[in-house]
Amino acid sequence: MTVEFDGVGVRLGGTEVVRDVSFTVPRGSVVGLLGANGSGKSTLLRTLYGAVRPHAGEVRIDGVPVRRLRPRERARKVAVVLQDTAADADMTALEAVLLGRTPHGRGFGADRAEDLRAAHGALERVGAAEVAGRPLAALSGGFRQRVSLARAIAQDGEVLVLDEPTNHLDIEHQLELMHLVADLGRTTVAVLHDLNLAAAHCDTVAVLHRGGLAAAGPPRDVLTAAVVREVFAVDAITLTRPDTGAPVLAFDRAAHRTENDPAPHTERTPCDADSPPSPPSSPEPSSSPDAAPASPPRTAPPPRTR
Amino acid sequence: MHVPIGSALLAVAVLALLVVSASVGTVDVPPGDAARLIIGHLVPGMPWMHDGSLDPLQDQAVWRFRLPRALLAATAGAGLALAGAIMQAVVRNPLAEPYILGVSSAAGMGAVLVIVLGSAAVAGLTVHTAAFTAAVAASVLVAVLAQKRGTLAPTRMILTGVALGSLFSAVTSYLTITTDAQNVYSVLFFLLGSVSAATMGSLAAPAAALAVAAVVVAVNARGMNALMSGEESATALGVRVVRLRLVLLVTASLLTGAVVSVAGGIGFVGLVVPHVARILVGGDHRRLLPIAVLGGAAFLLLADLLARTVAAPTEVPIGIVTALVGAPFFLWLMRRDGAAQAGLDR
Repeated sequence: MTVEFDGVGVRLGGTEVVRDVSFTVPRGSVVGLLGANGSGKSTLLRTLYGAVRPHAGEVRIDGVPVRRLRPRERARKVAVVLQDTAADADMTALEAVLLGRTPHGRGFGADRAEDLRAAHGALERVGAAEVAGRPLAALSGGFRQRVSLARAIAQDGEVLVLDEPTNHLDIEHQLELMHLVADLGRTTVAVLHDLNLAAAHCDTVAVLHRGGLAAAGPPRDVLTAAVVREVFAVDAITLTRPDTGAPVLAFDRAAHRTENDPAPHTERTPCDADSPPSPPSSPEPSSSPDAAPASPPRTAPPPRTR
Repeated sequence: MHVPIGSALLAVAVLALLVVSASVGTVDVPPGDAARLIIGHLVPGMPWMHDGSLDPLQDQAVWRFRLPRALLAATAGAGLALAGAIMQAVVRNPLAEPYILGVSSAAGMGAVLVIVLGSAAVAGLTVHTAAFTAAVAASVLVAVLAQKRGTLAPTRMILTGVALGSLFSAVTSYLTITTDAQNVYSVLFFLLGSVSAATMGSLAAPAAALAVAAVVVAVNARGMNALMSGEESATALGVRVVRLRLVLLVTASLLTGAVVSVAGGIGFVGLVVPHVARILVGGDHRRLLPIAVLGGAAFLLLADLLARTVAAPTEVPIGIVTALVGAPFFLWLMRRDGAAQAGLDR
């Protein structure tokens, strides 16, 4: 399934937290949604699973606007892994995974054989079969996150949405989770904080800055020093892994910049300007030519498949 | 605990308790005769109803007085337990109970108004109808006062309900303390809760409310489970969270109002029976709700039986028995190892 964000704008309590965001997630690809805290990443995700309704533009799944889908219908297409969900609920791991079957069943009846098969299969898939009967509250963070992913797998949506799925996970479990997600082969949108994790595991990254899309494209093209400085306000150098050729970023506080750095750090970056950043399809950057060195590359979004 | 077997055992226990309740009292009726009398009234053409083997006095005691009372105890127990389970799911708070939104305080105020001022002063309403009207009005008032920008946040609802409940209780206390001494007994009788004045007619409203509520939760049990994993997560699972919460709150309020207006403010059942069910069968509402409903019925039947017999011929108010018997049992259950899985160690 293809997911399209088309000119999406969201207002929360009168404040525009997402504005005019357009990009496409091609079928089966993994897109990382990056940005500083408060940049609107999670809000943009929420438009995809119906928790918030955009005031402008629309989100489409295979060409069908999300707002046209009935909640159950939408939940059969889009499965969500939230940050450490349900840890406070009195459920066993299996019961938590079975919740993923909610949009597939109705009424009071016991879980059908296919629901149980889907739940056990999902737990097996994430390597958590042995904790099926244990209460969620007794599991480690790593297992809890695997159970969350298993629930999304059991939910059986072709679109997978992850909101900071690697939070609180150690490095081994972070890598394991990202590999699991990649192996599923679903159309995936993941909010990630770790730029290197995104660079290594996402086909495309989309960078949000103050509610607008700052850049989108392959990680190597997007995660440049200029973009990182503008969006995250830190200095970065991009290295190349000798074994895979993948980009690796190293960071430094912006205050520690060296004198031969070409771009002087200023508090006001182009995105501080009152005018919203132009959508990435726009050929002309909206900022003044003087600020061009600090402006991100306006990478074209991946081709839209309609 | 295996849920179908547990449910079947509880159902048998409820039936047995109904028969025992019908046979115990000052007029001596053996349980077998009580059962025959009940069946005779339900199924036409039973030979023992006309062969003179059963005394009309026994018939009167069983069918007119004891059975309605036992049925009201069962209905009230089931209704309060169900309303409590619904409230605990909606506000995701283990302290939630059917009375948390001020419904019982309002019903109490309505009843006491009629008792103290007389029916004529309260638009000719009876004690029951005044209590029910006040309960429904209070539910509407809580919803209106708690809503903000079209949404009903659980915390706001609880606090609104608690505040309004205090207000209603203050009115009730004032009326009670300023009224004639002979009215005080009726007031206390209602506030503590009692099933002794039951008639087949007074059963209709709570029974109907229980049936409606049972259908509502049967349809929404999966949604209630999803609600336990949080609002965001439930939304992602395709549940219309705002609508489901509203439907459940209306259901629980009407059910509570219907029960309280007939049986008064019987305490403890609505808070504790859902927790006991959760400890026994876990948090899945498809398992928890049947056990809570049947368990509530059995528990209140047993409590009423004790209330009638322990200090006979004096009756102990049923609310005192539910707490005296229920609290130690619950504390014991809570300390068992299995209870940790019901989220008691948070």
